[in-house]
Amino acid sequence: MNQKIKDASIPTIPLNARFSRWFGRNLLRIYMVIGFTYLFIPVAYTFAFSFNDSGKSNLIWKGFTLSNWQNPCGAPEVCNALGNSIKIGLLATIFSTILGTMIAFAIGRYKFKGRSSSNLLIFLPMATPEIVLGASLLSLFLVFSINPGFWPTVIAHVVFCISFVVVTVKARIASLDPRLEQAAMDLYANELETFRRVTLPLVAPGIAGAALLAFSLSFDDFIITNFNSGTLITFPKFVYVSAARGIPAQANVIASAMFFLALAIVIAAQLVKRKKTR
Amino acid sequence: MSFPKVRVPYLLLLPGFVFLFTFFILPIINLAQTSTQTPLSGGDTGEYEQTLAFSNYIQAFVENKEQFGRSFLYATLATIFALAIAYPLAYAIAFKSGKYKNILLVLVVAPFFTSFLLRTVAWKQILGEEGFVVPGLRALNIIGEQTTLTSTSVAVVAGMTYNFLPFMTLPLYASLERIDPRTIEAAGDLYANGLTAFRRVTVPLSMPGVVAGTLLTFIPAAGDYVNAAILGSPNTKMIGNVIESRYFKIVDYPTAAALSFTLMVAILILVTLYIRKAGTEELV
Repeated sequence: MNQKIKDASIPTIPLNARFSRWFGRNLLRIYMVIGFTYLFIPVAYTFAFSFNDSGKSNLIWKGFTLSNWQNPCGAPEVCNALGNSIKIGLLATIFSTILGTMIAFAIGRYKFKGRSSSNLLIFLPMATPEIVLGASLLSLFLVFSINPGFWPTVIAHVVFCISFVVVTVKARIASLDPRLEQAAMDLYANELETFRRVTLPLVAPGIAGAALLAFSLSFDDFIITNFNSGTLITFPKFVYVSAARGIPAQANVIASAMFFLALAIVIAAQLVKRKKTR
Repeated sequence: MSFPKVRVPYLLLLPGFVFLFTFFILPIINLAQTSTQTPLSGGDTGEYEQTLAFSNYIQAFVENKEQFGRSFLYATLATIFALAIAYPLAYAIAFKSGKYKNILLVLVVAPFFTSFLLRTVAWKQILGEEGFVVPGLRALNIIGEQTTLTSTSVAVVAGMTYNFLPFMTLPLYASLERIDPRTIEAAGDLYANGLTAFRRVTVPLSMPGVVAGTLLTFIPAAGDYVNAAILGSPNTKMIGNVIESRYFKIVDYPTAAALSFTLMVAILILVTLYIRKAGTEELV
Protein backbone atom coordinates (compact mmCIF):
# COMPACT_ATOMS: atom_id res chain seq x y z
CA MET A 1 0.00 0.00 0.00
CA ASN A 2 2.71 2.36 1.08
CA GLN A 3 4.80 1.34 -1.85
CA LYS A 4 1.93 2.03 -4.21
CA ILE A 5 1.51 5.60 -3.00
CA LYS A 6 5.21 6.20 -3.32
CA ASP A 7 5.15 4.94 -6.91
CA ALA A 8 2.17 7.05 -7.76
CA SER A 9 3.64 10.05 -6.08
CA ILE A 10 6.56 10.35 -8.46
CA PRO A 11 4.56 12.35 -11.00
CA THR A 12 2.61 14.09 -8.23
CA ILE A 13 5.55 16.22 -7.14
CA PRO A 14 5.28 18.43 -10.20
CA LEU A 15 1.48 18.18 -9.87
CA ASN A 16 1.71 19.85 -6.49
CA ALA A 17 3.98 22.52 -7.88
CA ARG A 18 1.76 22.87 -10.88
CA PHE A 19 -1.20 23.40 -8.60
CA SER A 20 0.49 26.13 -6.60
CA ARG A 21 1.61 27.80 -9.81
CA TRP A 22 -1.92 27.57 -11.19
CA PHE A 23 -3.22 28.89 -7.89
CA GLY A 24 -0.80 31.83 -7.95
CA ARG A 25 -1.65 32.69 -11.52
CA ASN A 26 -5.39 32.45 -10.98
CA LEU A 27 -5.51 33.92 -7.50
CA LEU A 28 -7.38 37.01 -8.66
CA ARG A 29 -9.82 34.92 -10.70
CA ILE A 30 -10.56 32.68 -7.73
CA TYR A 31 -10.99 35.78 -5.65
CA MET A 32 -13.41 37.22 -8.20
CA VAL A 33 -15.54 34.08 -8.09
CA ILE A 34 -15.67 34.20 -4.28
CA GLY A 35 -16.38 37.95 -4.32
CA PHE A 36 -19.25 37.66 -6.76
CA THR A 37 -20.69 34.66 -4.94
CA TYR A 38 -20.72 36.74 -1.77
CA LEU A 39 -22.43 39.62 -3.59
CA PHE A 40 -25.11 37.39 -5.04
CA ILE A 41 -25.95 35.03 -2.16
CA PRO A 42 -28.76 37.21 -0.76
CA VAL A 43 -30.02 37.98 -4.27
CA ALA A 44 -30.23 34.27 -5.06
CA TYR A 45 -31.87 33.67 -1.69
CA THR A 46 -34.48 36.38 -2.36
CA PHE A 47 -35.16 34.91 -5.81
CA ALA A 48 -35.42 31.33 -4.52
CA PHE A 49 -37.83 32.31 -1.77
CA SER A 50 -40.09 34.04 -4.29
CA PHE A 51 -41.11 30.47 -5.24
CA ASN A 52 -41.78 29.46 -1.66
CA ASP A 53 -45.22 28.10 -0.91
CA SER A 54 -45.03 30.01 2.32
CA GLY A 55 -48.41 31.37 3.27
CA LYS A 56 -47.99 34.53 5.31
CA SER A 57 -44.47 34.39 6.65
CA ASN A 58 -41.70 33.64 4.21
CA LEU A 59 -39.11 32.40 6.69
CA ILE A 60 -38.78 28.68 6.11
CA TRP A 61 -38.80 26.76 2.84
CA LYS A 62 -42.12 24.93 2.56
CA GLY A 63 -42.27 23.85 -1.05
CA PHE A 64 -42.14 25.10 -4.60
CA THR A 65 -45.00 27.08 -6.11
CA LEU A 66 -45.53 29.47 -8.99
CA SER A 67 -48.57 31.06 -7.40
CA ASN A 68 -46.62 34.04 -6.02
CA TRP A 69 -45.44 34.92 -9.51
CA GLN A 70 -48.90 34.42 -10.97
CA ASN A 71 -50.41 36.67 -8.34
CA PRO A 72 -47.78 39.30 -7.43
CA CYS A 73 -50.37 41.63 -5.91
CA GLY A 74 -51.77 38.85 -3.75
CA ALA A 75 -50.44 40.23 -0.49
CA PRO A 76 -52.30 43.27 0.83
CA GLU A 77 -50.64 46.66 0.22
CA VAL A 78 -47.65 45.29 -1.70
CA CYS A 79 -48.65 46.61 -5.14
CA ASN A 80 -49.89 49.87 -3.68
CA ALA A 81 -46.46 50.30 -2.08
CA LEU A 82 -44.75 49.42 -5.35
CA GLY A 83 -46.89 51.93 -7.25
CA ASN A 84 -45.99 54.70 -4.80
CA SER A 85 -42.29 53.88 -5.08
CA ILE A 86 -42.41 53.99 -8.88
CA LYS A 87 -44.33 57.30 -8.94
CA ILE A 88 -41.98 58.91 -6.41
CA GLY A 89 -38.96 57.48 -8.23
CA LEU A 90 -40.03 58.83 -11.61
CA LEU A 91 -40.84 62.32 -10.31
CA ALA A 92 -37.63 62.50 -8.25
CA THR A 93 -35.65 61.31 -11.30
CA ILE A 94 -37.15 63.92 -13.64
CA PHE A 95 -36.62 66.85 -11.27
CA SER A 96 -33.17 65.85 -10.05
CA THR A 97 -31.92 65.07 -13.57
CA ILE A 98 -33.04 68.45 -14.94
CA LEU A 99 -31.69 70.48 -12.00
CA GLY A 100 -28.53 68.40 -11.67
CA THR A 101 -27.69 68.49 -15.38
CA MET A 102 -27.99 72.29 -15.43
CA ILE A 103 -25.66 72.55 -12.44
CA ALA A 104 -23.24 70.08 -14.03
CA PHE A 105 -23.04 72.18 -17.20
CA ALA A 106 -22.47 75.36 -15.18
CA ILE A 107 -19.67 73.83 -13.10
CA GLY A 108 -18.21 71.64 -15.85
CA ARG A 109 -18.23 74.20 -18.62
CA TYR A 110 -17.66 77.65 -17.14
CA LYS A 111 -15.09 79.37 -15.00
CA PHE A 112 -16.95 81.76 -12.74
CA LYS A 113 -16.77 83.38 -9.35
CA GLY A 114 -18.09 81.02 -6.70
CA ARG A 115 -17.30 77.86 -8.63
CA SER A 116 -15.53 76.16 -5.74
CA SER A 117 -18.27 77.06 -3.26
CA SER A 118 -20.78 75.64 -5.76
CA ASN A 119 -18.76 72.43 -5.74
CA LEU A 120 -18.92 72.44 -1.96
CA LEU A 121 -22.71 72.89 -1.97
CA ILE A 122 -23.00 69.85 -4.23
CA PHE A 123 -20.64 67.80 -2.05
CA LEU A 124 -22.39 68.65 1.24
CA PRO A 125 -25.60 66.62 0.73
CA MET A 126 -23.42 63.59 -0.09
CA ALA A 127 -21.37 64.14 3.08
CA THR A 128 -24.50 64.37 5.22
CA PRO A 129 -25.80 61.07 6.56
CA GLU A 130 -29.26 60.21 5.28
CA ILE A 131 -30.74 60.27 8.73
CA VAL A 132 -29.68 63.92 9.18
CA LEU A 133 -31.08 64.89 5.77
CA GLY A 134 -34.35 63.12 6.53
CA ALA A 135 -34.71 64.40 10.07
CA SER A 136 -33.86 68.01 9.19
CA LEU A 137 -36.35 68.10 6.31
CA LEU A 138 -39.02 66.63 8.55
CA SER A 139 -38.49 69.34 11.15
CA LEU A 140 -38.72 72.01 8.42
CA PHE A 141 -42.00 70.54 7.17
CA LEU A 142 -43.29 70.45 10.74
CA VAL A 143 -42.45 74.13 11.26
CA PHE A 144 -44.51 75.07 8.21
CA SER A 145 -47.25 72.61 9.24
CA ILE A 146 -46.76 70.60 6.06
CA ASN A 147 -47.85 67.03 6.64
CA PRO A 148 -45.34 64.37 5.61
CA GLY A 149 -46.58 62.39 2.63
CA PHE A 150 -46.16 62.04 -1.11
CA TRP A 151 -44.72 65.41 -2.16
CA PRO A 152 -42.47 65.87 0.88
CA THR A 153 -40.99 62.47 -0.01
CA VAL A 154 -40.45 63.50 -3.64
CA ILE A 155 -38.72 66.71 -2.49
CA ALA A 156 -36.54 64.77 -0.05
CA HIS A 157 -35.50 62.35 -2.79
CA VAL A 158 -34.63 65.17 -5.19
CA VAL A 159 -32.35 66.66 -2.50
CA PHE A 160 -30.14 63.60 -2.25
CA CYS A 161 -30.35 62.63 -5.95
CA ILE A 162 -29.20 66.02 -7.31
CA SER A 163 -25.60 65.63 -6.13
CA PHE A 164 -25.25 62.19 -7.68
CA VAL A 165 -26.65 63.50 -10.98
CA VAL A 166 -24.22 66.44 -10.94
CA VAL A 167 -21.21 64.21 -10.26
CA THR A 168 -22.16 61.70 -12.98
CA VAL A 169 -22.96 64.27 -15.69
CA LYS A 170 -19.93 66.40 -14.78
CA ALA A 171 -17.65 63.40 -15.26
CA ARG A 172 -19.09 62.90 -18.74
CA ILE A 173 -18.69 66.58 -19.63
CA ALA A 174 -15.08 66.51 -18.43
CA SER A 175 -14.32 63.56 -20.71
CA LEU A 176 -15.55 65.35 -23.87
CA ASP A 177 -13.04 66.29 -26.51
CA PRO A 178 -13.29 70.12 -26.79
CA ARG A 179 -12.11 69.87 -30.42
CA LEU A 180 -15.48 68.42 -31.45
CA GLU A 181 -17.24 71.60 -30.41
CA GLN A 182 -14.53 73.76 -31.95
CA ALA A 183 -15.02 71.87 -35.19
CA ALA A 184 -18.76 72.60 -35.11
CA MET A 185 -18.04 76.28 -34.56
CA ASP A 186 -15.52 76.24 -37.42
CA LEU A 187 -18.33 74.91 -39.59
CA TYR A 188 -20.36 78.04 -38.77
CA ALA A 189 -22.67 76.49 -36.17
CA ASN A 190 -23.63 79.09 -33.59
CA GLU A 191 -23.40 78.36 -29.87
CA LEU A 192 -26.95 77.12 -29.50
CA GLU A 193 -26.68 74.84 -32.55
CA THR A 194 -23.35 73.49 -31.37
CA PHE A 195 -24.88 72.72 -28.00
CA ARG A 196 -27.96 71.07 -29.46
CA ARG A 197 -26.31 69.08 -32.24
CA VAL A 198 -22.89 68.27 -30.78
CA THR A 199 -22.58 68.78 -27.02
CA LEU A 200 -25.94 67.47 -25.89
CA PRO A 201 -25.84 64.20 -27.90
CA LEU A 202 -22.33 63.56 -26.58
CA VAL A 203 -23.36 64.17 -22.97
CA ALA A 204 -26.67 62.27 -23.34
CA PRO A 205 -25.32 58.86 -22.21
CA GLY A 206 -24.06 60.51 -19.03
CA ILE A 207 -27.46 62.08 -18.43
CA ALA A 208 -29.20 58.75 -19.04
CA GLY A 209 -26.84 57.02 -16.63
CA ALA A 210 -27.46 59.73 -14.04
CA ALA A 211 -31.23 59.34 -14.42
CA LEU A 212 -30.94 55.58 -13.98
CA LEU A 213 -28.81 56.09 -10.87
CA ALA A 214 -31.28 58.65 -9.48
CA PHE A 215 -34.19 56.28 -10.02
CA SER A 216 -32.49 53.35 -8.34
CA LEU A 217 -31.37 55.52 -5.40
CA SER A 218 -34.90 56.87 -4.97
CA PHE A 219 -36.60 53.53 -5.45
CA ASP A 220 -34.45 51.80 -2.85
CA ASP A 221 -34.34 54.60 -0.31
CA PHE A 222 -35.66 53.84 3.12
CA ILE A 223 -34.19 56.16 5.76
CA ILE A 224 -35.11 59.53 4.24
CA THR A 225 -38.46 58.17 3.09
CA ASN A 226 -39.28 56.87 6.54
CA PHE A 227 -38.89 60.38 7.94
CA ASN A 228 -40.87 62.25 5.32
CA SER A 229 -43.58 59.94 4.06
CA GLY A 230 -45.94 59.91 7.05
CA THR A 231 -48.53 57.20 6.51
CA LEU A 232 -47.65 56.70 2.84
CA ILE A 233 -46.24 53.21 2.21
CA THR A 234 -43.38 52.75 -0.25
CA PHE A 235 -41.88 49.42 -1.24
CA PRO A 236 -38.83 49.57 1.08
CA LYS A 237 -41.08 50.79 3.88
CA PHE A 238 -43.41 47.89 3.24
CA VAL A 239 -40.51 45.46 3.58
CA TYR A 240 -39.23 47.12 6.77
CA VAL A 241 -42.63 47.23 8.43
CA SER A 242 -43.55 43.67 7.54
CA ALA A 243 -40.08 42.31 8.45
CA ALA A 244 -41.21 41.96 12.06
CA ARG A 245 -44.15 39.66 11.31
CA GLY A 246 -42.82 38.03 8.15
CA ILE A 247 -42.48 39.37 4.65
CA PRO A 248 -44.93 37.93 2.10
CA ALA A 249 -43.31 36.08 -0.81
CA GLN A 250 -44.86 38.62 -3.20
CA ALA A 251 -42.25 41.14 -2.02
CA ASN A 252 -39.57 38.70 -3.18
CA VAL A 253 -41.36 38.36 -6.52
CA ILE A 254 -41.36 42.13 -7.03
CA ALA A 255 -37.74 42.55 -5.93
CA SER A 256 -36.64 39.71 -8.24
CA ALA A 257 -38.63 41.13 -11.15
CA MET A 258 -37.05 44.55 -10.59
CA PHE A 259 -33.64 42.90 -10.52
CA PHE A 260 -34.09 41.21 -13.89
CA LEU A 261 -35.72 44.31 -15.42
CA ALA A 262 -32.87 46.57 -14.33
CA LEU A 263 -30.29 44.02 -15.45
CA ALA A 264 -31.97 43.85 -18.88
CA ILE A 265 -31.95 47.66 -19.19
CA VAL A 266 -28.26 47.91 -18.27
CA ILE A 267 -27.24 45.08 -20.61
CA ALA A 268 -29.29 46.59 -23.45
CA ALA A 269 -27.57 49.94 -22.87
CA GLN A 270 -24.18 48.21 -23.01
CA LEU A 271 -25.09 46.48 -26.28
CA VAL A 272 -26.26 49.76 -27.85
CA LYS A 273 -23.02 51.38 -26.75
CA ARG A 274 -20.95 48.57 -28.26
CA LYS A 275 -22.85 48.78 -31.53
CA LYS A 276 -22.23 52.52 -31.70
CA THR A 277 -18.51 52.34 -31.02
CA ARG A 278 -18.03 49.76 -33.77
CA MET B 1 -27.48 84.22 -27.08
CA SER B 2 -29.21 87.39 -26.00
CA PHE B 3 -27.93 87.65 -22.45
CA PRO B 4 -24.33 88.43 -21.58
CA LYS B 5 -22.15 85.34 -21.46
CA VAL B 6 -20.96 85.86 -17.88
CA ARG B 7 -24.47 85.24 -16.60
CA VAL B 8 -24.91 81.86 -18.24
CA PRO B 9 -23.43 79.73 -15.43
CA TYR B 10 -25.38 81.61 -12.79
CA LEU B 11 -28.64 81.16 -14.69
CA LEU B 12 -27.91 77.45 -14.99
CA LEU B 13 -27.19 77.18 -11.29
CA LEU B 14 -30.14 79.25 -10.13
CA PRO B 15 -33.04 76.74 -10.07
CA GLY B 16 -30.99 73.94 -8.56
CA PHE B 17 -29.42 76.15 -5.92
CA VAL B 18 -32.73 77.74 -4.95
CA PHE B 19 -34.03 74.21 -4.47
CA LEU B 20 -30.99 73.08 -2.47
CA PHE B 21 -31.07 76.23 -0.37
CA THR B 22 -34.75 75.75 0.50
CA PHE B 23 -34.69 72.04 1.11
CA PHE B 24 -31.14 71.40 2.29
CA ILE B 25 -29.54 74.50 3.86
CA LEU B 26 -32.73 75.85 5.45
CA PRO B 27 -33.58 72.50 7.09
CA ILE B 28 -30.05 72.27 8.51
CA ILE B 29 -30.41 75.79 9.99
CA ASN B 30 -33.80 74.79 11.32
CA LEU B 31 -32.28 71.65 12.78
CA ALA B 32 -29.72 73.75 14.62
CA GLN B 33 -32.55 75.89 15.99
CA THR B 34 -34.63 72.92 17.09
CA SER B 35 -31.64 71.44 18.88
CA THR B 36 -31.65 74.22 21.47
CA GLN B 37 -35.38 74.15 22.26
CA THR B 38 -36.85 73.08 25.57
CA PRO B 39 -40.29 71.61 26.38
CA LEU B 40 -43.06 74.19 26.53
CA SER B 41 -44.15 74.51 30.15
CA GLY B 42 -47.69 73.20 30.41
CA GLY B 43 -47.64 72.11 26.74
CA ASP B 44 -48.40 68.70 25.31
CA THR B 45 -45.81 66.08 24.43
CA GLY B 46 -44.03 67.24 21.30
CA GLU B 47 -44.53 70.97 21.94
CA TYR B 48 -41.32 72.94 22.37
CA GLU B 49 -40.29 76.55 22.70
CA GLN B 50 -37.17 78.23 21.39
CA THR B 51 -34.66 78.79 24.16
CA LEU B 52 -30.94 78.61 23.78
CA ALA B 53 -30.48 75.43 25.72
CA PHE B 54 -27.05 74.34 24.53
CA SER B 55 -27.11 72.00 27.48
CA ASN B 56 -29.25 69.78 25.22
CA TYR B 57 -26.05 68.90 23.39
CA ILE B 58 -24.15 67.93 26.50
CA GLN B 59 -27.06 65.93 27.83
CA ALA B 60 -27.72 64.22 24.49
CA PHE B 61 -24.06 63.34 24.10
CA VAL B 62 -23.55 62.08 27.62
CA GLU B 63 -26.67 59.93 27.44
CA ASN B 64 -25.69 58.42 24.11
CA LYS B 65 -21.91 58.42 24.00
CA GLU B 66 -21.92 54.65 23.85
CA GLN B 67 -24.07 54.67 20.69
CA PHE B 68 -21.91 57.39 19.18
CA GLY B 69 -18.80 55.37 19.81
CA ARG B 70 -20.41 52.28 18.38
CA SER B 71 -21.52 54.12 15.23
CA PHE B 72 -18.02 55.32 14.48
CA LEU B 73 -16.45 51.99 15.41
CA TYR B 74 -18.85 49.93 13.26
CA ALA B 75 -18.61 52.37 10.36
CA THR B 76 -14.79 52.30 10.52
CA LEU B 77 -14.70 48.51 10.63
CA ALA B 78 -17.21 48.19 7.79
CA THR B 79 -15.17 50.66 5.72
CA ILE B 80 -11.92 48.74 6.31
CA PHE B 81 -13.52 45.38 5.46
CA ALA B 82 -15.24 46.82 2.39
CA LEU B 83 -11.91 48.26 1.20
CA ALA B 84 -10.17 44.93 1.78
CA ILE B 85 -12.83 43.05 -0.20
CA ALA B 86 -13.38 45.64 -2.92
CA TYR B 87 -9.77 46.53 -3.81
CA PRO B 88 -8.78 43.13 -5.23
CA LEU B 89 -12.18 42.87 -6.89
CA ALA B 90 -11.87 46.28 -8.57
CA TYR B 91 -8.25 45.50 -9.45
CA ALA B 92 -9.21 42.21 -11.08
CA ILE B 93 -12.01 43.84 -13.08
CA ALA B 94 -9.81 46.72 -14.18
CA PHE B 95 -6.71 44.72 -15.19
CA LYS B 96 -7.51 41.04 -15.56
CA SER B 97 -10.98 40.73 -17.02
CA GLY B 98 -10.29 41.54 -20.70
CA LYS B 99 -13.43 41.61 -22.78
CA TYR B 100 -15.66 40.68 -19.83
CA LYS B 101 -14.94 44.01 -18.12
CA ASN B 102 -18.31 45.62 -18.79
CA ILE B 103 -20.29 42.52 -17.85
CA LEU B 104 -18.41 42.19 -14.56
CA LEU B 105 -18.97 45.85 -13.83
CA VAL B 106 -22.70 45.39 -14.36
CA LEU B 107 -22.56 42.41 -12.00
CA VAL B 108 -21.04 44.56 -9.25
CA VAL B 109 -23.96 46.97 -9.46
CA ALA B 110 -26.61 44.30 -10.08
CA PRO B 111 -27.29 43.31 -6.43
CA PHE B 112 -28.23 46.98 -5.96
CA PHE B 113 -31.35 46.34 -8.01
CA THR B 114 -32.85 43.99 -5.46
CA SER B 115 -34.22 45.99 -2.56
CA PHE B 116 -31.40 46.44 -0.03
CA LEU B 117 -33.84 45.85 2.82
CA LEU B 118 -34.80 42.48 1.37
CA ARG B 119 -31.16 41.56 0.96
CA THR B 120 -30.51 42.51 4.58
CA VAL B 121 -33.50 40.45 5.72
CA ALA B 122 -32.16 37.63 3.53
CA TRP B 123 -28.82 37.78 5.40
CA LYS B 124 -30.72 37.59 8.65
CA GLN B 125 -32.42 34.42 7.48
CA ILE B 126 -29.26 32.94 5.96
CA LEU B 127 -27.31 33.54 9.18
CA GLY B 128 -30.27 32.69 11.43
CA GLU B 129 -31.17 29.43 13.12
CA GLU B 130 -33.19 28.20 10.12
CA GLY B 131 -30.56 29.19 7.56
CA PHE B 132 -27.92 26.87 6.18
CA VAL B 133 -24.84 28.57 7.63
CA VAL B 134 -25.34 28.02 11.36
CA PRO B 135 -26.34 24.31 11.17
CA GLY B 136 -23.50 23.78 8.69
CA LEU B 137 -20.90 25.36 10.96
CA ARG B 138 -22.30 23.42 13.93
CA ALA B 139 -22.11 20.14 12.03
CA LEU B 140 -18.46 20.89 11.25
CA ASN B 141 -17.92 21.81 14.92
CA ILE B 142 -16.65 25.25 13.98
CA ILE B 143 -19.12 26.96 16.30
CA GLY B 144 -20.76 25.59 19.42
CA GLU B 145 -24.42 24.81 20.00
CA GLN B 146 -24.93 28.08 21.86
CA THR B 147 -23.24 30.39 19.37
CA THR B 148 -25.52 32.37 17.11
CA LEU B 149 -24.60 34.71 14.30
CA THR B 150 -27.59 37.05 14.21
CA SER B 151 -28.23 39.73 16.84
CA THR B 152 -24.51 40.28 17.26
CA SER B 153 -22.22 43.18 16.43
CA VAL B 154 -20.49 40.85 13.96
CA ALA B 155 -23.74 40.53 12.00
CA VAL B 156 -24.29 44.30 11.99
CA VAL B 157 -20.78 45.05 10.73
CA ALA B 158 -21.03 42.26 8.15
CA GLY B 159 -24.37 43.61 6.95
CA MET B 160 -22.98 47.13 6.58
CA THR B 161 -19.89 45.83 4.79
CA TYR B 162 -22.11 43.97 2.36
CA ASN B 163 -24.61 46.77 1.76
CA PHE B 164 -22.03 49.48 1.06
CA LEU B 165 -19.64 47.31 -0.99
CA PRO B 166 -20.71 48.67 -4.42
CA PHE B 167 -20.12 52.24 -3.16
CA MET B 168 -16.54 51.19 -2.49
CA THR B 169 -15.96 49.09 -5.60
CA LEU B 170 -17.14 51.56 -8.23
CA PRO B 171 -14.89 54.54 -7.36
CA LEU B 172 -11.95 52.15 -6.85
CA TYR B 173 -12.55 50.64 -10.27
CA ALA B 174 -12.88 54.09 -11.84
CA SER B 175 -9.48 55.21 -10.58
CA LEU B 176 -7.71 51.88 -11.21
CA GLU B 177 -9.07 51.74 -14.74
CA ARG B 178 -7.62 55.17 -15.49
CA ILE B 179 -4.07 54.02 -14.66
CA ASP B 180 -1.94 53.75 -17.77
CA PRO B 181 -0.54 50.18 -17.76
CA ARG B 182 2.69 51.57 -19.18
CA THR B 183 3.44 53.28 -15.85
CA ILE B 184 3.39 49.85 -14.20
CA GLU B 185 5.54 48.40 -17.01
CA ALA B 186 7.95 51.27 -16.52
CA ALA B 187 8.28 50.34 -12.86
CA GLY B 188 9.13 46.80 -13.98
CA ASP B 189 11.73 48.13 -16.42
CA LEU B 190 13.30 49.96 -13.52
CA TYR B 191 13.75 46.59 -11.75
CA ALA B 192 10.79 46.90 -9.38
CA ASN B 193 9.28 43.50 -8.68
CA GLY B 194 5.53 42.99 -8.88
CA LEU B 195 4.90 43.82 -5.26
CA THR B 196 7.06 46.96 -5.29
CA ALA B 197 5.44 48.18 -8.50
CA PHE B 198 2.02 47.61 -6.94
CA ARG B 199 2.96 49.38 -3.72
CA ARG B 200 4.81 52.32 -5.25
CA VAL B 201 2.88 52.88 -8.48
CA THR B 202 -0.59 51.29 -8.52
CA VAL B 203 -1.65 52.12 -4.97
CA PRO B 204 -0.63 55.81 -5.04
CA LEU B 205 -2.33 56.27 -8.42
CA SER B 206 -5.53 54.69 -7.11
CA MET B 207 -5.70 56.96 -4.06
CA PRO B 208 -8.52 59.19 -5.40
CA GLY B 209 -10.67 56.07 -5.70
CA VAL B 210 -9.69 54.90 -2.21
CA VAL B 211 -10.62 58.29 -0.75
CA ALA B 212 -13.94 58.52 -2.63
CA GLY B 213 -14.84 54.90 -1.86
CA THR B 214 -14.05 55.09 1.84
CA LEU B 215 -16.07 58.31 2.16
CA LEU B 216 -19.05 56.90 0.26
CA THR B 217 -18.96 53.89 2.59
CA PHE B 218 -18.13 55.54 5.89
CA ILE B 219 -20.65 58.40 5.75
CA PRO B 220 -23.80 56.36 5.15
CA ALA B 221 -22.54 53.62 7.47
CA ALA B 222 -22.08 56.03 10.38
CA GLY B 223 -25.66 57.27 10.08
CA ASP B 224 -27.19 53.89 9.29
CA TYR B 225 -29.74 52.29 11.56
CA VAL B 226 -31.32 49.70 9.28
CA ASN B 227 -28.57 47.07 9.60
CA ALA B 228 -28.50 47.48 13.37
CA ALA B 229 -32.30 47.25 13.51
CA ILE B 230 -32.55 44.11 11.37
CA LEU B 231 -29.34 42.24 12.15
CA GLY B 232 -28.54 43.52 15.62
CA SER B 233 -29.90 43.51 19.14
CA PRO B 234 -30.48 46.26 21.75
CA ASN B 235 -26.78 45.90 22.55
CA THR B 236 -25.75 46.94 19.05
CA LYS B 237 -27.82 50.13 18.83
CA MET B 238 -26.18 52.86 16.82
CA ILE B 239 -26.76 56.61 16.95
CA GLY B 240 -29.16 56.35 14.00
CA ASN B 241 -31.42 54.06 16.02
CA VAL B 242 -31.44 56.59 18.86
CA ILE B 243 -32.30 59.51 16.55
CA GLU B 244 -35.04 57.48 14.90
CA SER B 245 -36.68 56.48 18.16
CA ARG B 246 -36.34 60.02 19.60
CA TYR B 247 -38.24 61.32 16.59
CA PHE B 248 -40.95 58.72 16.20
CA LYS B 249 -41.42 57.02 19.53
CA ILE B 250 -40.57 59.64 22.14
CA VAL B 251 -41.28 62.79 20.04
CA ASP B 252 -38.23 64.39 21.65
CA TYR B 253 -37.31 66.68 18.73
CA PRO B 254 -34.64 68.80 20.46
CA THR B 255 -32.56 65.80 21.54
CA ALA B 256 -32.98 64.15 18.14
CA ALA B 257 -31.91 67.39 16.46
CA ALA B 258 -28.93 67.83 18.78
CA LEU B 259 -27.83 64.26 18.07
CA SER B 260 -28.28 64.70 14.31
CA PHE B 261 -26.35 67.94 14.33
CA THR B 262 -23.53 66.44 16.40
CA LEU B 263 -23.33 63.47 14.03
CA MET B 264 -23.19 65.73 10.99
CA VAL B 265 -20.50 68.00 12.42
CA ALA B 266 -18.44 65.05 13.65
CA ILE B 267 -18.57 63.47 10.20
CA LEU B 268 -17.71 66.74 8.45
CA ILE B 269 -14.69 67.25 10.71
CA LEU B 270 -13.49 63.69 10.15
CA VAL B 271 -14.04 63.98 6.39
CA THR B 272 -12.17 67.29 6.19
CA LEU B 273 -9.21 65.93 8.17
CA TYR B 274 -9.19 62.78 6.08
CA ILE B 275 -9.28 64.62 2.76
CA ARG B 276 -6.44 66.91 3.96
CA LYS B 277 -4.37 63.93 5.00
CA ALA B 278 -5.10 61.93 1.87
CA GLY B 279 -4.38 65.03 -0.17
CA THR B 280 -7.08 64.72 -2.81
CA GLU B 281 -8.43 68.12 -3.71
CA GLU B 282 -10.54 67.35 -6.75
CA LEU B 283 -12.88 64.93 -5.07
CA VAL B 284 -16.18 65.70 -6.71
